[in-house]
Amino acid sequence: MPSFPSGSPVVALSDVGKTFASGVVALDRLSLDVWPGEFVSLLGPSGCGKSTALRLIAGLSEPSSGKIEWAQAEADTDGGRRLGFVFQEPTLMPWATVAANVRLPLKLAGAAATAAPRVAAALERVGLEKFADSYPRELSGGMKMRASIARALVTEPNLLLMDEPFAALDEITRFRLNNDLLALWEFLQKTVVFVTHSVFESVYLSQRVVVMTPRPGRIFTELAIDAPYPRDERFRTSADYAGYCRQVSEALAGAMIAGERP
Amino acid sequence: MSRHPSDARRNPPSFRGRGQTDHAAPRRERMLRVLLPIAVLALGVVVWEVVVRHFDIPPYVLPAPGLVFSTLVADWSVLSASLVVTLTTTLEAFVLAVVGGVALAVLFNQSRLIEYSLYPYAVILQVTPIVAIAPLLLIYLEQQAAVLACAWIVAFFPVLANTTLGLNSVDHNLVDLFRLYGATRWQVLRELKLPAALPYILGGLKIAGGLSLIGAVVAEIAAGSAGAGSGLAYRIAESGYRLNIPRMFAALLLLSVAGIVIYFALSLVSHLMLRRWHESAVMREV
Repeated sequence: MPSFPSGSPVVALSDVGKTFASGVVALDRLSLDVWPGEFVSLLGPSGCGKSTALRLIAGLSEPSSGKIEWAQAEADTDGGRRLGFVFQEPTLMPWATVAANVRLPLKLAGAAATAAPRVAAALERVGLEKFADSYPRELSGGMKMRASIARALVTEPNLLLMDEPFAALDEITRFRLNNDLLALWEFLQKTVVFVTHSVFESVYLSQRVVVMTPRPGRIFTELAIDAPYPRDERFRTSADYAGYCRQVSEALAGAMIAGERP
Repeated sequence: MSRHPSDARRNPPSFRGRGQTDHAAPRRERMLRVLLPIAVLALGVVVWEVVVRHFDIPPYVLPAPGLVFSTLVADWSVLSASLVVTLTTTLEAFVLAVVGGVALAVLFNQSRLIEYSLYPYAVILQVTPIVAIAPLLLIYLEQQAAVLACAWIVAFFPVLANTTLGLNSVDHNLVDLFRLYGATRWQVLRELKLPAALPYILGGLKIAGGLSLIGAVVAEIAAGSAGAGSGLAYRIAESGYRLNIPRMFAALLLLSVAGIVIYFALSLVSHLMLRRWHESAVMREV
């Protein structure tokens, strides 16, 4: 089981602020260390800037102030970082098969020639090996999301960024994907930053829940979820789980009140 | 997931996807869609023939369908040669319209400055009636080139407009994904924007196919009055002067059939290219 903190953070955000051109302050002096191998959730209501924080880490957007520092091993020579990103929607190319979608990151990196075994391995990890030649529209919502996760994993990134990936799925599918994601995380030893607005999902998955205040986004508090892995349906129905959920809910309620103060 | 509802509306699924044939009701519906227009055509032809005979209408006023058909057969050598001329112009104009429209749209998409500079002129070219431009082109250009230029002007704009719309309708998350993996401009264009724009481009092609024919005919009519044409439209004008009304109808019939064939051929191409993934070409089980 991965433990933290160990060594230096994979990525460290210090006093990061983000103000959009419209004048909206999305993030205000956010500081967050992400440790190697940990599973950390950013929890907050919509509009608290948690997705913005994730986009900043991914390099899809530049901070207005503060800085984002990477561990030496993560900074590639060409400035690109080894990270995978899973969007809220599956974000698959509808004109390409599942295998071609998963192959995309390798193709863009000019590694298409050696991609086949890696694509097959990534599909197998998410249980989609039989659907390699299917088109996205032929898949269910949960399977599309699995394909999206396979695509994020195919480059074997050390850091996986997930932006409310299961928010649009039904509860049964979401629970199954939660379990599968935890199994993948324990097996692959990746670092995961998971954005969600669900208290229950954040507690079930994470070692650490970072609660954010809305408008502007700021860290209100963070709570460690010390329950052991592997976590399964027994954990989901346990008194421990209910206790953690209550703690996190109360923290979130506090964050909402703090956010409403001028 | 990007969907294109407007495109689905624009392209009614005239060719059906798989998974529908083993039900009785859809099959009957399909039969009706084919049989009803044919029945209406047959009825129209019969009524036309009966009216012409009953009122003893002379052929230079209204030829009976039988006469039109026998003229078509008798004059086939003249008419078929003209058909080839018109279709050649149409095809050349269509190919140039597709190449020009898509290339210009890609150029506009890559450079905002070029788009701002040139797009208004593309619109001006489109909104100025081609019949009014044709005589001018006939003065400046050789006749064949002028006819081709007319057909191209009419046909290229829908390709340009649709492709521009398609290139700008890419799923933003997919754009982010490509950025995340460090895609080059060329990769974004080839792997993302052009495939995403394909349904729009094909929609533009369907419109451009019909318009190429219209443009070719308009230009031939304009050129015909100046003298040395030989396309189908010229035959129509010429037959008009000679009061050879049956041949006029026969030529008109050929033009209609050519237009229908072009439309269905492009619909088929569109269907074949989109059937695996695009909503407009996929039939849903209900």
